Amino acid sequence: MAQIQTKDSGKGGKKRAKKHSSEIDMTPMVDLMCLLITFFMLTTAFAKPKVMVITMPEKDKDQTIKDQPKISAERTLNILLAGNDEVFYYKGQPTPEKPMPQLVKSDFSKDGIRKLLLNWNRDLFTKITEYRDKRLTGEIIVADSTFNNTIKEMKLDDKKGPIVLIKADSAAKYRDIVNIIDEMAITNIASYAIVDIGQVEVMMIDATKAGTPLIKYPVIKVK
Amino acid sequence: MPKIKPPVSTPRIDMTPMVDLFSLLLIFFVLTASFRPQEAAMIDSPASISEKQAPDFNLMTIFIDKEGKVFFNVDNGMDSTTKFREQILQKMAERYEMTFTPDEYDLFGRLSGFGMPLKDLKGWIHAENSEKREEFQVGMPFDSADNQLGYWILYSRIVNPRAEVAIKGDADASYMTVKEIMDMLQINKINKFNLVTTFVTEEIGLEDLPPEN
Repeated sequence: MAQIQTKDSGKGGKKRAKKHSSEIDMTPMVDLMCLLITFFMLTTAFAKPKVMVITMPEKDKDQTIKDQPKISAERTLNILLAGNDEVFYYKGQPTPEKPMPQLVKSDFSKDGIRKLLLNWNRDLFTKITEYRDKRLTGEIIVADSTFNNTIKEMKLDDKKGPIVLIKADSAAKYRDIVNIIDEMAITNIASYAIVDIGQVEVMMIDATKAGTPLIKYPVIKVK
Repeated sequence: MPKIKPPVSTPRIDMTPMVDLFSLLLIFFVLTASFRPQEAAMIDSPASISEKQAPDFNLMTIFIDKEGKVFFNVDNGMDSTTKFREQILQKMAERYEMTFTPDEYDLFGRLSGFGMPLKDLKGWIHAENSEKREEFQVGMPFDSADNQLGYWILYSRIVNPRAEVAIKGDADASYMTVKEIMDMLQINKINKFNLVTTFVTEEIGLEDLPPEN
């Protein structure tokens, strides 16, 4: 440190006035710095929040049922969120002409709904995962935008995977809807939509929970 | 002859490296600091694998807490000269026939998220400290009888057409509340939402595929 050694004059005769050491005391400065650093560390928001983007189809009041896109019943998978981490699913569409589709109970665990989705979406999932792995290992080198576009195209070309309709019951929590959209992202489902739950579906959930699943298409009471 | 005494020197620690390090840390923190704004309510967002970051500005955020109370926040835009918040409040004041002083506009411009009927906004602006301010956060009315949230959204869209919408909901908030908010946003022609989530990793690969049957 900046310290000037004061030489002794050798003989102890004359006593000189002690020279003031030209050292600067840094303790207050260090104190202040400590405080400032602590302050900045505590107030800084490091991890910026992450977001999940969902785009909903435009709502048009004049739109009639006829204008809505038709989807094949064989590819339709309905996922009903019933709250308390309970998930039910059924395939196809319930109509009075056909026997009622039966609800299957599932959950958000690894062996739950994800297994079904992966199994159904096997082709697309394999294609996308292989492509992603190739990029990770450096076998192919593409820019981020190209990578994303290729995946988008793969999803558009998909003709076999399920078309998932997500329907949330009134007991469902916000967590459930985020979880299920997350599952869609994990299993690379090409097409999914959040739709309003129908009266028949509410009845199906209630009946299944009560242990007496509906066998016939129920009569809907008009309020 | 007197004994030769070794020169008495007080033990001193050289603080220079420490000061150097501290200065570096301090400079780093000062430069990277982006202040965590005071949140309107404690919200525990659900987890997702999404890695997309929320935009820094041109963002309106709708907070939904556990009990279904709703709070609103909108930023001033990229530039502090645009003063979007003040303009939005002006439009709200016109709509609800209220008057605010220039001081109140200025203060409001610098505050963050809020959730209370417009008539209580003055009290919130003038609150002495953050604790008192907290007491005013009772939730924004958004039912059909008095849809103030709808007007805040509408005027935010008019003042700053580029504003995106983020929904920051508590994991335990009811989906029905979230849906009501989403419907309201869709009425205002907003069809793209950013759902704020906390990041978790969940890597699955080909080996996770269930065996073919």
